[in-house]
Amino acid sequence: MNNLTIQNGRVIDPANQVDAVRDIFVRDGKIAAEAAPDAPVLDAKGLVVTPGLIDIHVHLREPGRSDKETIETGTRCAAVGGFTTVVCMPNTSPAADNTGTIAFIRQRAAAVGSVNVFPAGAITKNIEGVELAPIGSLKRAGIVAITDDGHCVQSNEIMRRALEYAKMFKLPLMDHCQDNNLVSDGVMHEGYWSHLLGMKGWPSIGEEIIVARNIMLAELADWHVHCQHLSSAGSVRLVREARKRGVKISAEACPHHFTLTDESCKGYDTNFKMSPPLRESRDVEAILEGLADGTIEVICSDHAPHCAFEKEVEFDKAPFGILGLETELALSLALVHKKLLTLPQLVEKFTTGPARLLRLNKGALSVGADADITVIDPAREWVYDVNQTSSKSRNTPFHGWSLKGKAVTTIVGGRVVWPVKQ
Amino acid sequence: MNWTRKDLIAIQDLQPEEIVHILDTALTFEEVGQRDVKKVPALRGKTQVNLFIEPSTRTRTSFELAAHRLSADVVNITPTASSITKGETLKDTALNLQALHADIIVIRHSSAGAAKFLADRLNASVINAGDGAHEHPTQALLDAFTIRQKKGRLAGLNVTILGDILYSRVARSNIHLLTKLGARVTLAGPSTLVPRVFEQLGCRVCYDIEEAIADADVINLLRIQHERQRQTMFPSIGEYAAIFGLTKERFARTKPDALIMHPGPINRGVEIDSDLADCKRSVILQQVSNGLAVRMAVLYLCAGAQPVEEAA
Repeated sequence: MNNLTIQNGRVIDPANQVDAVRDIFVRDGKIAAEAAPDAPVLDAKGLVVTPGLIDIHVHLREPGRSDKETIETGTRCAAVGGFTTVVCMPNTSPAADNTGTIAFIRQRAAAVGSVNVFPAGAITKNIEGVELAPIGSLKRAGIVAITDDGHCVQSNEIMRRALEYAKMFKLPLMDHCQDNNLVSDGVMHEGYWSHLLGMKGWPSIGEEIIVARNIMLAELADWHVHCQHLSSAGSVRLVREARKRGVKISAEACPHHFTLTDESCKGYDTNFKMSPPLRESRDVEAILEGLADGTIEVICSDHAPHCAFEKEVEFDKAPFGILGLETELALSLALVHKKLLTLPQLVEKFTTGPARLLRLNKGALSVGADADITVIDPAREWVYDVNQTSSKSRNTPFHGWSLKGKAVTTIVGGRVVWPVKQ
Repeated sequence: MNWTRKDLIAIQDLQPEEIVHILDTALTFEEVGQRDVKKVPALRGKTQVNLFIEPSTRTRTSFELAAHRLSADVVNITPTASSITKGETLKDTALNLQALHADIIVIRHSSAGAAKFLADRLNASVINAGDGAHEHPTQALLDAFTIRQKKGRLAGLNVTILGDILYSRVARSNIHLLTKLGARVTLAGPSTLVPRVFEQLGCRVCYDIEEAIADADVINLLRIQHERQRQTMFPSIGEYAAIFGLTKERFARTKPDALIMHPGPINRGVEIDSDLADCKRSVILQQVSNGLAVRMAVLYLCAGAQPVEEAA
């Protein structure tokens, strides 16, 4: 039986407006009002107890690229990082544009996953942006959103129809905002550093123009577009203004985009190459403001494993993307340590924010809910050693970083999934 | 001064005195080129690999001759002959060269950062012969050598670089070198190819060619590099020639002793009037000759063992 009592922790449960020291009871894998008899006790004195954290943007690479990551290893990273639920992107091989692939992902996750996995389905067939994927069937197969992540639907007509069609199934559309004409073969932020380094620029306008389009289409269709991994100040401003008008538009931010700038690319280290790229300090500031004022409701990792041999190449030839699940919480807690966000505000970005967006029955410690719980030591100082990672890949810019704050226990359905008992 | 570098990757990395030291060393090797026997034993027994992943004739020939004159053994790897076309990574190519005990690797590559990538991983001396749009340090050195030869100095001179700055590694290396040694740099060309951000590197940016060359002591013309460009940067070669080409009329209004330079290959009738390319104030071929001396100096300093007097 999955029974547990977590005592004396500071419980932060934004869904229930709780921020107080109290005990949490788990009975049969669910949150309960009273302790189960003989339930094991976990002492959380001095620790923070939150609903299990949710990351709505990860690449588990299975099926197709299990040399980079698998559902087993990727969800283990999630557990290590304090996440109990992840949403995996559909740019697998084959793409998650068919019910068979969705079924495969869900079966693998149920069999070998450490945490809950909700698949996102493709907007278009083979993520090519040309023909709609069978969105209704994908919904029946269990997807929680549609996205062509990694690619951006360039056709405004396809995007419009996808949105109108997805509305029928109450499926939010998540978009990787990138205009291919403007971005072309850009590999890093277009600015002082790209010019100095002689690398092709991925300009901010390449993201902003699609964010603006998405706002207009969301308004037209009166349906929800979620802008993935915002990287530029202009995008934050656009989303903020549109939300004030009541447009169904939302946004997420990744830790690397509010922690690093394009200057990091000066050594041509491909661990600083991701899409959208690292931008300037004014963009970092804008993202932080967006997180603080609620414009950006979600923090996610864009966990994107790549093999070492793929990344250890010329900068412009390397694939975009970095690991994220294991460093995400600590890099985000830095915002709390710097007093840019309160701890409850941060917990919202990982719980109620993503759960509300994707209509997940997660992210709350309500009685009767699945006992997905994360126990965090916000003051724990540690050094990230990528050689100890649970991922199959090693592509992180944060190796050797001194971090503060860590998930110390991750519980899914009342079962401790991390640390794993030896 | 004491030269301590094994690699030459970027002018941006160099101290002004290091640049001057290379130029001074090149003077010694210039003299070698004028002898009957144009060879010194400075790199005898050393193996140099010219790893040219991107096509080049001028620079590769220059590095090859420079190595011969220093008595090194030279192997050339061209893009089609390299295993990179068979899917080998640059890292594996490099490790193979290391396994063959190459002492010097001269690399030309279409990716910015490729030379640094090798230098970080190999014991051999790595000399950057052009990495994407990043740097082409020996070109800037030979340009500086030529200017110093003709003008006696670099400090205080007005140097105008005209053309495709955005995609030009020659421009970047020249900007770093000239500003480090006290010259004033003006950049000119179509606004799409000469973004204002270059002002942050200490340059003047100008979109009027007549204004850009009026006070120039040196006019360095760059080729429009179709192969490196997105296709949207300017209307046509004809329009470029009309708006930014160095014509006789325009050149007549410059300082009487202004020099014309060009890293080659030149496109007659595009960036430069054909007659001007051959005129007395054009030092384009001098640049080619000086390139040899400069490259000998660079190879010698990075990979040679003996003091220069003994070697020469």
